[in-house]
Amino acid sequence: MPVISIKNLGKTYGSGLRALKNINLDIRRGEIFALLGPNGAGKTTLISVICGIVTPSEGTVLVDGHDILSEFRAARSKIGLVPQELANMPFESVLATLQFSRGLFGKPDNPAIIEKLLRDLSLWDKRHEKIMALSGGMKRRVLIAKALVHEPEILFLDEPTAGVDVELRHDMWGMVRDLRASGVTIILTTHYIDEAEEMADRIGVINNGEIGVVEDKTVLMNKLGKKQLTLTLQQPLNSIPTDLADYPLTLSADGNCLTYTFDVHQEHTGIPELLRKLGKHGIDFKDLHSSESSLEDIFVSLVKEQS
Amino acid sequence: MNLYGVRAIYLFEMARMWRTLMQSLASPILTTSLYFVVFGAAIGSRMGEIDGISYASFIVPGLLMLSLLGESISNASFGIYFPKFSGAIYELLSAPVSPIEIVVGYVGAAATKSVILGLLILATARLFVDYEIMHPVWMIAFLLLTAITFSLFGFVIGLWADDFQKLQIIPMMVIMPLTFLGGAFYSINMLPPFWQKVTLFNPVVYLISGFRWSFYGVADVNVVISVAMIFVFMLLCLAGIWWIFKSGYRLKV
Repeated sequence: MPVISIKNLGKTYGSGLRALKNINLDIRRGEIFALLGPNGAGKTTLISVICGIVTPSEGTVLVDGHDILSEFRAARSKIGLVPQELANMPFESVLATLQFSRGLFGKPDNPAIIEKLLRDLSLWDKRHEKIMALSGGMKRRVLIAKALVHEPEILFLDEPTAGVDVELRHDMWGMVRDLRASGVTIILTTHYIDEAEEMADRIGVINNGEIGVVEDKTVLMNKLGKKQLTLTLQQPLNSIPTDLADYPLTLSADGNCLTYTFDVHQEHTGIPELLRKLGKHGIDFKDLHSSESSLEDIFVSLVKEQS
Repeated sequence: MNLYGVRAIYLFEMARMWRTLMQSLASPILTTSLYFVVFGAAIGSRMGEIDGISYASFIVPGLLMLSLLGESISNASFGIYFPKFSGAIYELLSAPVSPIEIVVGYVGAAATKSVILGLLILATARLFVDYEIMHPVWMIAFLLLTAITFSLFGFVIGLWADDFQKLQIIPMMVIMPLTFLGGAFYSINMLPPFWQKVTLFNPVVYLISGFRWSFYGVADVNVVISVAMIFVFMLLCLAGIWWIFKSGYRLKV
């Protein structure tokens, strides 16, 4: 059974904006799922519906088998949410705000859990400080601590590393992996491709309120991944020879570089044959390198296709 | 029922009171003391008795109500408005707590603060004037009912307000005038007949009259009507809150 099951979900705001259109999506237990999409694609709306902050217009969402509306207590108590904005109570101490969060989610006090969490997130020394006195990175860690303090089975991270420095970003990635190892399902939204590439097991692309592709990360990259071979020529070329017109070749504007694009899945890349033919034409090259398209390229082409 | 959730909200809100002890308790007590000095001692000594009660004693219940209404509204409205303002409301909306539990937590804390404040004002008043409490049980009942009702009203204002000015405007523009014209400083029998009729449309008249009855056994209007009016107002507030949570108005989209 999927840990989250979304069926025919739609959301139309009062303004008439259709933020989500007929979303169908299953999240598997224990995976890291990255929801990828440009700004305004509907990522935060989708998360907000699942967490109970936004009311759906149609469709159903089951969290661990519990309907988010009719069984909201059971559904919500399994979820922790780290919002995109640094939304904190500025005058409260770190400790007080964590005690509040744990109680709010129906759990009795547990100083040991709070201490462990604060130590893991390097906040223990700051536990008596007011949140307003903390740095931006620490405030974000407080939000993470708040989301985890009731020991949720599912964690939503909405743009977890937006405006976060490199060190904290890597800390956070490490933390997310540890959480996954402990059995927590993680859904993160991002528009940083490298984040998804680095972390996710599966990737869903959302654009204009619609889910496009949902794939294992490696499958997605294999399926759509293109490789390119770039040859730097000894002498500039005016045009590509006519009997090479069938090859997907492009010549740079100055005639110095020849680029050959091929599919990683084809058994025969056609490279040896191409090189032989180039030799026949007396086209020599001084350097060659091949590159794989990144998730970013894939994403851009997917979003373009959808719109 | 998420009792831990209710407790968390209640304790969190009460902690806010201890942290802001000066605003929460000291300033209303100071203000009320000034009223007692000016109206009770200075002016009151030159006024005759009203309904057989010295003027300084006569104004005790009204002054207490004045603070109680203001503080109940401001405590409860700020308590729920501030998380909306800071964005921290997301947590409340995504938590496994029902609207009733949220209301019990926030309104319970606000009403508790008001009752503590009311009792402190009563103790402070003792330093300035002599008063008696003829019906102590009814006095406590009025205190509790008023604190709860106006904390509910404050909660509605906090949910409704979308900027700090709106938070202030109802207490300043509506509650304050109604309280001053509600017989805190005079018996409505002292008004010309026409204004006596007009003043019956002021709900605060019933509160103060009933409350004063619990002290001295004299009232401007029947005490049963006073109690009924409090319940009517309480039901209106509950209906308002129910509608806001039901429709998501200014809370959810």
